[in-house]
Amino acid sequence: MITRIVSKNFDIKNSHTLKVAKENGAYKSIDEAFTQPPYRVETEIENSGLRGKGGGGAPAGAKWCLVSSDESRSYLVVNADESEPGTFKDRQILEFDPHLLIEGIILTCYAIGAHEAYIYIRGEYKFFTDRLNEAIAEAYKDGILGEKVKGFDYQLDITVHRGAGAYICGEKSALIESLEGNRGHPRLKPQKPSPEYYFGKPTLVNNVETIATVPFIINNGADAYRAHGTPKSPGTLLFGMSGHINNPGIYEMAFGQSMQEFIDTIGGGVKNGKKLKAVIPGGASTPVLTAEEVKEARLDYESMRDIGSALGTGGMIIMDEDTCMVSALKNLLSFYHHESCGQCTPCREGTAWVDGIIANILNKNAKKDDLELLSDISKTMNGKTICVFAPAVAMVIDGFILRFREEFETYIEKSLGEAHV
Amino acid sequence: MSFVFNEVHEKQFQALLPRYPHLKALVLPCLWMVQYQEGYISADAMAYIAHRLDVPQAHLYGVATFYTMFNLEPIAKYHIQVCKTLSCELCGKSAIIEAIEDELGIKVNESTELFKLTEVECLGACGGAPMLAMNEEYHEHLSPEKTRALLQRLSQ
Repeated sequence: MITRIVSKNFDIKNSHTLKVAKENGAYKSIDEAFTQPPYRVETEIENSGLRGKGGGGAPAGAKWCLVSSDESRSYLVVNADESEPGTFKDRQILEFDPHLLIEGIILTCYAIGAHEAYIYIRGEYKFFTDRLNEAIAEAYKDGILGEKVKGFDYQLDITVHRGAGAYICGEKSALIESLEGNRGHPRLKPQKPSPEYYFGKPTLVNNVETIATVPFIINNGADAYRAHGTPKSPGTLLFGMSGHINNPGIYEMAFGQSMQEFIDTIGGGVKNGKKLKAVIPGGASTPVLTAEEVKEARLDYESMRDIGSALGTGGMIIMDEDTCMVSALKNLLSFYHHESCGQCTPCREGTAWVDGIIANILNKNAKKDDLELLSDISKTMNGKTICVFAPAVAMVIDGFILRFREEFETYIEKSLGEAHV
Repeated sequence: MSFVFNEVHEKQFQALLPRYPHLKALVLPCLWMVQYQEGYISADAMAYIAHRLDVPQAHLYGVATFYTMFNLEPIAKYHIQVCKTLSCELCGKSAIIEAIEDELGIKVNESTELFKLTEVECLGACGGAPMLAMNEEYHEHLSPEKTRALLQRLSQ
């Protein structure tokens, strides 16, 4: 089931050093790409069908086009603010193959005409920040970065910028705000497709894994990438497993494979021989799936959408038969309550309310209509805020209540029963 | 203002200047440098940074209070941050908290002379659940025994 494109060097000893990276083909793609006009790189990416790997799955090529078509000074920002619960894939690239990311950044910058790139990394990833900085220093020393990229007449600087603990900064416009030295408040989105703007200049924001996939496509061609996955979800993704699973970890696979098979074979099955109860398929913000749904689920964007969930980041949280779904939802709602940036009222107040209501249900202090109230608040939160944080919370609530309604009702009945005594 | 960057941080500051198109972009890097230098971010240091970056002090205060990793008060030498989000909870976070509380004789959000214990949201190490961050160092695949051993080692 495993296909190694981004993760090809992960198991090699000292793969993070420039010497070993070069032995394994790092920076080769630049020689060819830089002798061709920039649009060739972009065309190749467009043809490959590469989709953003940070969770949204938007076509990367179209996003690049928005920036490259603008003549003014532009920037590339790499989103390494990996904070979605259940997701821990980008750190593997930073730890084991930072030079692959740097190579991807060089190619991307060349394609969109940027001479400055920032890597925005979450503050808690200190070890990975140091790793990345060491790799960048090596690349500067070797003439791969700086005044002349590998001797070509192209200047490029990469700066690592540390966040300081805010989930919302993974949202691309909040990330830009943070990079400008502000609180991480998302910006209103324009009606038509448009790039981000860093200090008013067009800026491309892409996830670490997306950029790290670029060298493979440039080296091997769009068709080689399309050879993996499905026609609409081509290529691979670093899928993750955590929670009640025997072999938690990150595994690169082509899109379109069976989730059940992934859990049973590579994952080694549910921990302690227990039965599967539910899976959150791609980071906390994707609707939960029941064990029945998992049997049919295929790991690509379209299939997951068709069964009422989303592929997200591909970071699955596995839950066994003993898991209390009310507690699980409470855990996630506390997370969202804590992480709401507070800019929009429906989100700031809504996350607090739903967190409080679910706490009441859990503490057997519920009221009869609490499930309806939850659904009602979730409706109020959905589609009425600046960013997709609140709609994601709404999807999480609806997903849990839709699929595990009985369990919630049992809890509520218990509270009501005890209240009468 | 009594706070000034020490030599190392002044050098870092000068190196970062040409990397950004606008002074204000240096707010986060500067706050980090202050925290490394003093252990926390004092009002005095904020005034200094505001002056260096030509932004209002209120802006800096707003930013510093938005991000959870900035300490606005002095903090114990070791900050134990136990991840409490779903994967870690499923894998036994509560037992880790209990072990720490028992070993140090404190509850969550309390401090001893050496340690402060807090619960934090997802640290992006779900495959290594349960886990904690001791200051800036991740400790993954924990058990209560491993956690106790870690605390004992640091206490010596």
